[in-house]
Amino acid sequence: MAALNGNANVEPNDDVLLEVKDLRISFSTYAGEVQAIRDASFNLRRGETLAIVGESGSGKSVTARSIMRLNPEANTIVRGGEILFDGRDILQLSEKQMQSVRGRRIAMVFQDPMTSLDPTMRIGPQIMESLKKHLGMSGNRAKERAIELLKLVGIPSPEDRMRQYPHQFSGGMRQRVVIAIALSCDPEILIADEPTTALDVTIQAQILELFRELQERIGTSIILITHDLGVVASTAHRVAVMYGGKIIETGTLRDIFYNPQMPYTWGLLASIPLPTADRSLELIPIPGSPPSALDPPKGCPFTARCPYAMRICAEEMPEFTRFSDEHRAACWLHHQMAPNVEPPARIGGTR
Amino acid sequence: MTEQNGSANGAQNGQPLLEIKDLKKHFQIGRANLKAVDGISLTIDKGETFGLVGESGCGKSTAGRVLVRLYKPSAGEVLFGGENVHSAQGDRGRILNRKMQMIFQDPQASLNPRMVVGDIIAEGIDIHGLASGKQERLDRVNELLETVGLSPEHASRYPHEFSGGQRQRIGVARALAVDPDFIVADEPVSALDVSIQAQVINLMKKLQRDRDLTYLFISHDLSVVKYISDRVGVMYLGTMVEMAPSDELYSNPLHPYTQALLSAVPIPDPDVELERERMVLQGDVPSPVNPPSGCRFRTRCPRAVEESAKVDPPWREVSPGHWVQACPCFA
Amino acid sequence: METSQRQLTPELFEPVGEDFKDYERIAGPSIGFWRDSWQRFKKNKASLIGLVVIIALIVTAYVAPLLVPYSPYAQDMTRGYLGTSAEHLMGTDKFGRDMFVRVWEGMRVSLYIALLAAFFDLVIGVPFGAVSGLLGGKVDGVMQRIIEVLNGIPNLVIAILVMLVLNPGIVTISVAIGIAGWTSMARIIRGRVMQLRDQEFTLAARSLGAGRRRILTKHLLPNSLGLIIITLMLTIPSAIFYEAVLSFIGLGIQVPKASLGSLINDGYQELRFHSYLLWFPAAVFSLLMLSFNLLADGLRDALDPRMRK
Repeated sequence: MAALNGNANVEPNDDVLLEVKDLRISFSTYAGEVQAIRDASFNLRRGETLAIVGESGSGKSVTARSIMRLNPEANTIVRGGEILFDGRDILQLSEKQMQSVRGRRIAMVFQDPMTSLDPTMRIGPQIMESLKKHLGMSGNRAKERAIELLKLVGIPSPEDRMRQYPHQFSGGMRQRVVIAIALSCDPEILIADEPTTALDVTIQAQILELFRELQERIGTSIILITHDLGVVASTAHRVAVMYGGKIIETGTLRDIFYNPQMPYTWGLLASIPLPTADRSLELIPIPGSPPSALDPPKGCPFTARCPYAMRICAEEMPEFTRFSDEHRAACWLHHQMAPNVEPPARIGGTR
Repeated sequence: MTEQNGSANGAQNGQPLLEIKDLKKHFQIGRANLKAVDGISLTIDKGETFGLVGESGCGKSTAGRVLVRLYKPSAGEVLFGGENVHSAQGDRGRILNRKMQMIFQDPQASLNPRMVVGDIIAEGIDIHGLASGKQERLDRVNELLETVGLSPEHASRYPHEFSGGQRQRIGVARALAVDPDFIVADEPVSALDVSIQAQVINLMKKLQRDRDLTYLFISHDLSVVKYISDRVGVMYLGTMVEMAPSDELYSNPLHPYTQALLSAVPIPDPDVELERERMVLQGDVPSPVNPPSGCRFRTRCPRAVEESAKVDPPWREVSPGHWVQACPCFA
Repeated sequence: METSQRQLTPELFEPVGEDFKDYERIAGPSIGFWRDSWQRFKKNKASLIGLVVIIALIVTAYVAPLLVPYSPYAQDMTRGYLGTSAEHLMGTDKFGRDMFVRVWEGMRVSLYIALLAAFFDLVIGVPFGAVSGLLGGKVDGVMQRIIEVLNGIPNLVIAILVMLVLNPGIVTISVAIGIAGWTSMARIIRGRVMQLRDQEFTLAARSLGAGRRRILTKHLLPNSLGLIIITLMLTIPSAIFYEAVLSFIGLGIQVPKASLGSLINDGYQELRFHSYLLWFPAAVFSLLMLSFNLLADGLRDALDPRMRK
């Protein structure tokens, strides 16, 4: 494969809504400094769904919260980087300025529908709260809009359900309400942090279907944080793979699934059982566990678990290699001095 | 439900290792009667892995716990090697505790945070007096640690120092310590990262080969279940709606719920996902306190007919080893 | 992305050694629960101060009287109502007794009573609550009713009853306080045990064949230790306070013995003209109470498992 080296941050498109550059964020805890994000760069384009994939400890959730500046101010240390939205760096905004961004222009859906809603408030007021604050809607107009939103997310008899409390809704329904609240002010970006992980498979299918529909109808750009590659395959346009606090590969959906260039991505794909695959096809796990954020390894974070690890991997972080306009990966295997390596046979989908 | 005999593999020694006959487990919650498990029957042969799938509230976890004697059944019986598991007392009861073990779901909560790993693993050995002295106990613990891919130095550490995958493996070691024949694995990998799930699954497969273990693998993750199981049973609201050999179930699902379930699982392959025909169910799962009459799935089933509400669908073997709740909507 | 400044040589592209990849390695020494809690505790300045003050007070209570040639009981009517001076750091009382010595004696007595009461908590409250929580069902129902009955009777009435039966004295007071107070520990432990009972590690022990005794001693109680300690730390100031109340109404320590409560009571009566007789014991009393509360707060944060990771 021809490798092109270059500055990974130059994107020719001007459709870019959000740009995260060289983000580095740590938390100070009683045990020391937790380097949650050590280097993240990606962007989000209008109307697309970008999936950030990673396992626990990869820093993906922190990334999402950082865009919304939801991390606890007291122990969050921004070690570097910018998050550019609408010409401004989100990290530099004051709390007051952030409040007009949150909910209004960037909205978030969290993992656990059970705790995302206030159990002591009826659903109606919870949706209307945002409308009144951000859009200054009057009570009646807000009520109408809230009913529209509930219809949009597929909740039957919305007029009646407006007056109900969260505990009267099932998990899937609650998640729909949360999505309705998130969409209430027509945000340009919707960040969904593991939105279906806590839901049953059939309910998950409903919610993913809803995301697809919404994107088609309203054109919201979505950042989807997940660990489930199946969810990624069914909803994302582009994918960023995160490991050990760093984004190590980004590309289009097809790039990542059919032409991945990084051993971690290979490892991920090779370790998932496919319901359509032959049972005798061996699952190849990635040995070991993700690195500690308290004491991150020098060099490439995946070295300790990588079957192709070389000495240089342990010492220095590789630069990004560009494989196309969209596809780039950071791995020493792409260096001209590295041996030629073929990805495991399983990679490349069921074709 | 009519009792079902035999299995797809053909009972090796004439008798299956485990027989569940019309098992029911109801819980009284205030005035409501929660029918967690409401009549399931199946057999498992020695050396087999039976996968039990279903979504939350279907009763699969409850069924697993009844099997290892954590709950007493409300009706029906569980036979292990022909012996009724719940009527065994004293010594017989203790022996059954050893032969039937469980691996739990939550790596965080399934290990006592105040005990060192060595003691956790050795608990079964201590309870049943399986080691003749400190040295033997230590040797056995070290052996078990190595079997699950850890090392003897880990024995003096506390659970919170380990990762999720390592903790699950400690849980496996604990179950193995008493030399069981049958292990109920209740969502053993659901709480683990994807790349680590494979570690534990491979370990379980290897152990099965090396020690001739029999598994009941409970999970909501259809892909994992298919990979590890020989036969699979699908549960919905306390009853089993379909049961078949693994490959058969996935390639030829007969019950609408099984079809919907399989259709709902997102597959990590974009081309496949693009071309798929989805069957998205409407509505939510009804409460197990008051399951729908007749065919329980009828409230969400796209093929439901009037008959579905009136008649309890019979449990029928439609092809060798492939059993289904034959709902009127099939016709 | 930082550009690599170094020269890249071919050896760097050779496979990394096997010893580099220790997949299951755990970094650092084993951190037991207590050491970890101590680390957390240390970070809380207020509780550290509380701990230090308590230790200082206790040490003073035993050492200080040795530095002064007076006995807490020696009366000298010629030296009554003397204010503070170099000889009598806290003045003298009506009977000419040195207050400095009496205050520290009072503190010792108060502490002793409180520790006995805490002992009751431990010995009655913990087993009661644990058994109640573990067994559940009807047994639990009966045991909880007993607690409710006991709580329904005003503590004062219990105290008076105990006093009538036993001779007044330090032990009697401790018994009275203890009998009235063990119920909160019992309730707290019961709650904890019920919570732990349904945790997976307890289920695992049951499925391995562990009997109730083993589950209680190896699984339930060790995980309740933190809570027990915190509750005890709060029982102590509560008992000291209650003893003071008893003394205030005349049911407490009898003369000539002194406790902080009885000293405060005596001092209160002299408030008009000899207020120093009140301020000194009150100050020591308040300091003691405050320190225990700070300590208990810090312990709760340090020992409470929910704060972990």
